[in-house]
Amino acid sequence: MNDKVMVDIQGAEKDFGVVKALNGVDLKVKEGEVVLIIGPSGSGKSTLLRSVNKLEALTGGQILVDGNPLIGPNADIRKVREETGMVFQDFNLFPHLSVLENICLAPVKVKTISRAAAETKARELLKRVGLADREEAYPGQLSGGQKQRVAIARALAMEPKVMLFDEPTSALDPEMVKEVLDVMLDLAKEGMTMMVVSHEMGFARAAADRVVFMDAGEIVETGPPEEIFDAPSEERTRKFLKHIL
Amino acid sequence: MAAVKNHAEPRIEVTDGALIPIKGERRIIDSWRLTIAFAVLGIVLLVFVAKDPYDQIFKVIIKGAPLTFGVTAGAIAGSVVLGLFTGLGQIARTRLLQLIAGVYVELIRGIPLLVQLIFIYFALGKFFKLDGVPAAIISLSICYGAYMGEIFRAGIEAIPKGQMEAAMALGLTRGQAMRFIILPQTMKIVIPAIGNEFIAMLKDSSLVSVIALRDILRRGREHVSRTFLSLETYAMVALVYLVFTLVLSKLVAMMEDRMKRHER
Repeated sequence: MNDKVMVDIQGAEKDFGVVKALNGVDLKVKEGEVVLIIGPSGSGKSTLLRSVNKLEALTGGQILVDGNPLIGPNADIRKVREETGMVFQDFNLFPHLSVLENICLAPVKVKTISRAAAETKARELLKRVGLADREEAYPGQLSGGQKQRVAIARALAMEPKVMLFDEPTSALDPEMVKEVLDVMLDLAKEGMTMMVVSHEMGFARAAADRVVFMDAGEIVETGPPEEIFDAPSEERTRKFLKHIL
Repeated sequence: MAAVKNHAEPRIEVTDGALIPIKGERRIIDSWRLTIAFAVLGIVLLVFVAKDPYDQIFKVIIKGAPLTFGVTAGAIAGSVVLGLFTGLGQIARTRLLQLIAGVYVELIRGIPLLVQLIFIYFALGKFFKLDGVPAAIISLSICYGAYMGEIFRAGIEAIPKGQMEAAMALGLTRGQAMRFIILPQTMKIVIPAIGNEFIAMLKDSSLVSVIALRDILRRGREHVSRTFLSLETYAMVALVYLVFTLVLSKLVAMMEDRMKRHER
């Protein structure tokens, strides 16, 4: 990890009309840093993550990804999305495309690299997530854990500078959680910048540089995993941790 | 309509009242076979066993089949294209496009096809002369395009929101996401509903007989006016339509199965 700021969230606000999902959030994520975001449901943690690649548009504040602003006249949202990989809770694989095609689509259409090069790269990634033998399969034929690993490979195929994980293991059966977390751990070790919304304490302790606790659209507390989990300084954090531990 | 078994996928059902017959049960392979056997047997017995006057009637009305099919095929192509654009228009982010598509759908659905057909052929004929066949194809396309638009809209909206989000997150433009991700999945969902429209179009093509196009029905009517054999002629007309409709519905079901198998 170095000192370069990869994701710079400045005073992020999101007003859904009735609810304020984000109420002035500031967060800097450095290159190579792994940040875990935890908090009760409705605390705004997913909204924050989805704001980083503008799946949710902020109603106030600014976000810079590798220096590129998301808001304003100089915003280039497609460039930011190209450089930002996202993994969803429900996988969101494309059911009409094979595993290989799922991975190759964006590199070919967005980065306009050749089909052959994209396939070579895709096979490499499949090997990395342990699914080298499933390239011809369709998402419907895969288990949840396999789907999520394909989804990670799909995001990595764009060679992103940041990976966003939105509750990547919440929709998985317990026995499949590990295979996905292992892939994420490897990724963290290789130095990928990661923002992860998840309550996986094991992953946090093993890989996270920092844990951010959010509640009611605000960051309540932030610190290394041991500090947040074992000795939180805020009452709200303690209360929440009691519920999930 | 042949059987449709798989209920696991999202399906859309469109019930637009009189134009589209409400399908009964879906488990109908047997009733399909029974009906087509009845229709084919009926025609064969009448034409080859009873012969006079049915063989003559059959020869006369079957000459109208190319026109019936031609108009139907043209209208299928026209209405699918029109329907696709209408559906995309209705979900467009531009308010103006939404309005254009919406007004078109409301307008067309509120006017009977027969009135539209007569209007385009006779009333607009005052300004520019349209031949019967183009007028028929245009009328049917415009009319069914509105219904197809609704089907495409519903089909696109049936695709989970996460699909568009995943595509956008990968850096695809909205247009690319539509083309490569949303529409291919939409096609599979809408095929049963669109197939119903094809069948309805084949039947409604008989309306073109009022603008003097010599389709199956028109030839039957001409034959009746010559021979006064109304029962015999119209029975044969009905049987011929029945066979065509049943065959088309089978084709649609096969197309649907093939799409399913392709996805595995």
